[in-house]
Amino acid sequence: MTPRVFSPLVLFLVIGFLIGPFFIIVAASLSGGETLAFPPQGFSLQWVAKVFTVESFRESFAISMLLAIGGTAAALVLGVPASYALSRYKLPFGETIRTIVSLPIIVPGIIVGLALLRYIVVPFGMNITLTLFLAHTALVLPYAVRVVSASLNNLRSDIEEAAVLLGSSRAGAFFRVVMPNIRSGILAAFILGFVTSFNQVPVSLFLSGPGVRTLPIDMLSYMEITYDPSVAALSALLAFMSIGIVFLAERFLGFSRYV
Amino acid sequence: MSDTAFLSLEKLTLAYGDTVAVKDLDLSIRKGELVAFLGPSGCGKTTTMRSIAGLLSPASGAIRLDGADITRVSANKRSVGLVFQSYALFPHLTVFENVAFGLRLKKLPAAEIESKVTAGLKSVGLSKFSARKPGELSGGQQQRVALARSMVMEPKVLLLDEPLSNLDARLRLEMRTELQRVQKETGVTMIFVTHDQGEALSLADRIVVMLNGAIEQIGTPEDIYNRPVSRFVADFVGFENIFAVEGGKLKAGNGPIDFSGSLPPDTAGLVWRPRMVTLGSGPFQGTVRGASFSGSTREYLLDSPLGAIKAEEDATLAARETGSAIAFDLPVEKAARLKKFG
Ligand SMILES: Nc1ncnc2c1ncn2[C@@H]1O[C@H](COP(=O)(O)OP(=O)(O)OP(=O)(O)O)[C@@H](O)[C@H]1O
Ligand SMILES: [Mg+2]
Repeated sequence: MTPRVFSPLVLFLVIGFLIGPFFIIVAASLSGGETLAFPPQGFSLQWVAKVFTVESFRESFAISMLLAIGGTAAALVLGVPASYALSRYKLPFGETIRTIVSLPIIVPGIIVGLALLRYIVVPFGMNITLTLFLAHTALVLPYAVRVVSASLNNLRSDIEEAAVLLGSSRAGAFFRVVMPNIRSGILAAFILGFVTSFNQVPVSLFLSGPGVRTLPIDMLSYMEITYDPSVAALSALLAFMSIGIVFLAERFLGFSRYV
Repeated sequence: MSDTAFLSLEKLTLAYGDTVAVKDLDLSIRKGELVAFLGPSGCGKTTTMRSIAGLLSPASGAIRLDGADITRVSANKRSVGLVFQSYALFPHLTVFENVAFGLRLKKLPAAEIESKVTAGLKSVGLSKFSARKPGELSGGQQQRVALARSMVMEPKVLLLDEPLSNLDARLRLEMRTELQRVQKETGVTMIFVTHDQGEALSLADRIVVMLNGAIEQIGTPEDIYNRPVSRFVADFVGFENIFAVEGGKLKAGNGPIDFSGSLPPDTAGLVWRPRMVTLGSGPFQGTVRGASFSGSTREYLLDSPLGAIKAEEDATLAARETGSAIAFDLPVEKAARLKKFG
């Protein structure tokens, strides 16, 4: 094969593997049959409708949303000042701090989940929801620090001094001239963190309790009992939600420039 | 002079950690003066400015402005403006909002802000650009926005760190005139940093020459240009023939040389510009080593018992052959006298 033929083929395969599953899921969710199957049998919207009637989906969706929004917000509340300090001041052990902060990306989730369960939840009887919240905050923190640091590093620091000389306090300068210029970076970090948290499986797997389950975990256990296309329908809906978020972010903030 | 001082630095020592950048600096500036800080890279010009602005607190010493000790006053309450070499405009704000930034913090009425900003932009010739973002302006225009942004605050002292260094020759001349005009019109006390002696000489009321974190000489442009006190300043302003003097004698390559006239006892050195050297007659003998033509003049490099000598002659005179012997003189009455040879 010559490169001329090879490269379109590779391109086609890559796109196929990336987007293909999405089409399969969408098609499967519109199936008229009783079981999850591809190609779909017939056409119906009943499985899409059913998603909204399953009580546990509604509950776990709410939990996942709260975790994703709350955890990411908490990660940003911690991460923005941390990034600011790391990029503007020569901190003792700055590099070490940066490494520790990015550990949750490196350490496999399954280990984090097991460790939290075995050494925190069980011995101290810590509340599962609280543990989940803290775990998600920690998992999102590295993304927050990375993305926000990147936009801070692109921003000159002398504008803060300029703001101070024009009468602003140090803190005022941060909110008046730093925040507006890293706003898109913060939003990018939020979206990345939201998606990371929402799709998180391995850690959440260990941290499920009575009535406390994130949506992906709930979907897994639903499939163990019921093998109908509603799981596909839910997946498709979630995919559309993500696409919608990214589309809006791109539309209004030029999201792709920051990721 | 200390009672007329508007801004004074007293025994100011500035350090970054253990590195002392400026040591025991004393300086007093009158109201409405236009002062230039001149000196080589790393001599502490920016450091001194940052301490006046309050961005760097002194290790020791004091800063007084308009009768008050401002050494410990925070930067946002000093009424000192600083135009950064990098402009430091706010990228997310329009030109108008950049200039309005400080006025809004002062909580002035909207109409007053509007009229001050409009006037400020007009004075730097940027009225048409008020809706643009800084990223959509040229370097020179950005610099003028930065100037307007500081000026509308009506600071007691305006500091400019190499305000002209990023501009091309034409714009530089334009901005130079601009600065001078603004300073005349508003009577603001202004200090600017420059590497360029021409700029300092043509703009400033007084020049502060700095070296290694200390002041080498303070004086009017004419003082600095004609009466340098040290070897460094002499060299900096173009005295290329520099000799130490010891015991009334010129220390030269082949031993001390007597002078006919007598020198004041505190003379540490004598210096001559190339055009002060008399060629064709005089007590000294030299050989022409090299010549260069620079339009209106010819420059010669001579080898002589005194060492290498640089001389200059009108280009309308006949050129002198390289390798030819020549008599020359270093007239004492033309020389600048150094009080310090360091
Ligand atoms: N942030 C810093 N940390 C440590 N040393 C510094 C810092 N900034 C400047 N210095 C040192 O202080 C001295 C004076 O620096 P300064 O920036 O004031 O020089 P300058 O006269 O403005 O030079 P230039 O003409 O190159 O701008 C230099 O030796 C420099 O290395
Ligand atoms: Mg400097």
